[in-house]
Amino acid sequence: MREQLMADLRAMWRIRAFEEKTQALCGSGDVRGSVHLCIGQEAGPVGAAEAFTDGDALFATYRGHGWAIARGVPLEPLFGELLGRASGVNGGRGGSAYLSAPEYGFLGENSIVGAGTPMAVGAALAGRHDGSSRLAAVVFGEGAMNQGAVHEAMNFAAMMALPVLFICENNRWSELTLTRDMVRNPSLTDRPKALGIPAIRIDGNDPATVRETILDFAEAAREDGGPAFVELTTQRLVGHYVGDAQQYRTREELAEDRRQEPIARAAAALAEAGVAAAEIDAVRAAAWAEVEQAAAAALAASPADVSTVREHVYA
Amino acid sequence: MPEGTITVNYSGAVNAALWRCLAELPETLLYGEDVAKPGGVHGVTRGLWKEFGDRVFDTPISESAILGSAVGAAMMGRRPIVEIMWADFFLVALDQMVNQAANIRYVSGGRLTAPLVVRTQQGNSLGACAQHSQNLEAFFCHTPGLRVAMPSTPQDAYDIMVSAVHCDDPVVVIDNRTLYFGEKQEIVTDRPPAAIGGSHVRRTGPGATMVTWGAITHRVIEAADRLAANGTPVTVIETPWLNPFDTDAVLESVAKTGGRLAVVHEANTTAGFGAEVVVRAAEAGVLRQPPVRIGVPDTRIPAAPELAAALIPGTERIAAEVAGLVATG
Ligand SMILES: Cc1ncc(C[n+]2csc(CCOP(=O)(O)OP(=O)(O)O)c2C)c(N)n1
Repeated sequence: MREQLMADLRAMWRIRAFEEKTQALCGSGDVRGSVHLCIGQEAGPVGAAEAFTDGDALFATYRGHGWAIARGVPLEPLFGELLGRASGVNGGRGGSAYLSAPEYGFLGENSIVGAGTPMAVGAALAGRHDGSSRLAAVVFGEGAMNQGAVHEAMNFAAMMALPVLFICENNRWSELTLTRDMVRNPSLTDRPKALGIPAIRIDGNDPATVRETILDFAEAAREDGGPAFVELTTQRLVGHYVGDAQQYRTREELAEDRRQEPIARAAAALAEAGVAAAEIDAVRAAAWAEVEQAAAAALAASPADVSTVREHVYA
Repeated sequence: MPEGTITVNYSGAVNAALWRCLAELPETLLYGEDVAKPGGVHGVTRGLWKEFGDRVFDTPISESAILGSAVGAAMMGRRPIVEIMWADFFLVALDQMVNQAANIRYVSGGRLTAPLVVRTQQGNSLGACAQHSQNLEAFFCHTPGLRVAMPSTPQDAYDIMVSAVHCDDPVVVIDNRTLYFGEKQEIVTDRPPAAIGGSHVRRTGPGATMVTWGAITHRVIEAADRLAANGTPVTVIETPWLNPFDTDAVLESVAKTGGRLAVVHEANTTAGFGAEVVVRAAEAGVLRQPPVRIGVPDTRIPAAPELAAALIPGTERIAAEVAGLVATG
């Protein structure tokens, strides 16, 4: 358990350091445009990563840097993309909110709320016809539960018994509005259940719980080919986008979120298990060293190539 | 400050117009994602919820329900003003505009109407991704039954919103978010609501007629000023209303400027509304030179600012292309 938690802490710190560095690069003007960070939500991607294998398809949202990293996309081309460099995963075409790396089974972020869900259903459908036992997973926020496409996708997957994991990251906020004020029934899992999809709400700040649950569901989905729905309770420790002053949140709420966030919790659990503070701190330092190196290399790379700007619109 | 005027930036002007409409017309409602308590993601609707209570409210992220409920409420006598946060998000709910709102009056022979306003904003801004950068006005112009406006100044933002809310047709008012926090200007706020439509002559000169709308108008005016400084003044007509479109003003001007016409928009060129303007001029027989269409090439919009800048017409490109047009014949 201790080894696993150390590994999880390492993986979470890689994401956290990447996001904090990104925030700094926004501040310095190197990253331009709107950026959505997953600071506080790292346990989801880290816990879920083990369930995916080559050939699986993962769809995420604009808040998807952590999922790309967890899927194995190297940090340098991710920074390159955010920085608008030719070396970016999409050569600067995608940007922070719409990047993809299909070589890693990362089929892409999406800046249209809910839009990834039907696409994931299609990825699973393709798997039924191409002989693979492809698992498709789609990550979305709890606010997206009120989007029509999400309901259509869930029912479609259920009707066809397709292996799709619907992963709902519940950080409570739809941008600047509390999602619980936008529903009458606060139980989001009631909706997939009503469609015949097994659904569960779990502690999304604990990578071990996430791992266990997603592995179970993934295995079941691959075996009998039905979709599943996992709600991860979590929180974002930062604004909806970089620059969001968060006037809509109270100090108490943020303080409570900082107590619940996965890195602080993992560090506390390790300390309790007798791991020396220096060892825990070394994890953070190592992640930062890797991130700084990747960012420096990306910054040194040449800007996106303007001569290619009109390529790839058509076959 | 003279009576009946206020000094505001673009977003302040929209806010003032909404305030006036909510105050003067008890049948108005204002709703959309984040518009009430948070005051809008761009702060445009700030304060309205406090003032007008439950006629102003936040909605789930449910564009079909936002637009469809506006249609239904409008059929029953309300005047909903709803927000689609980005024009790109219209696309998940276009049915309610095209199949529903646009048909209500026609199919009922005028016994039912759908007097609603959809506020949205569009276009590229620094680093915006391909799904947050499109210019979609032509979609709506291609839909008979809808009215469409794209203001570029605080005064027009105010006047157009007031006219749109009073209009008995469904109206789509499209802002550009890069305009929201521009400089403050004194605007007149005490005029009665004007009928929809009309245009503005922003510059005059015999070299050519440039027709434009939306945020890019500012670049077009800059380009025209450069041309004037180089001794070739041209006429700039801003047409903030695309439906109804002030065709007469355009035709008259083209005839007076040697039959030379340039249209400029941020939307991509193919099937852009500029093509429609050119054809109207061609049909009227006022063109004496091949017209010039300036827009984004037919490609998706990249996130990297350098890439986007290579596509979106800047002052330089506009001035150069129009200089070429002026030089013909
Ligand atoms: C169809 C659509 N509507 C609205 C938006 C604007 N928008 C972007 S993110 C967001 C909130 C999404 O909240 P949630 O799904 O909970 O995800 P989170 O951002 O919290 O990760 C909204 C309303 C959008 N991008 N797409």
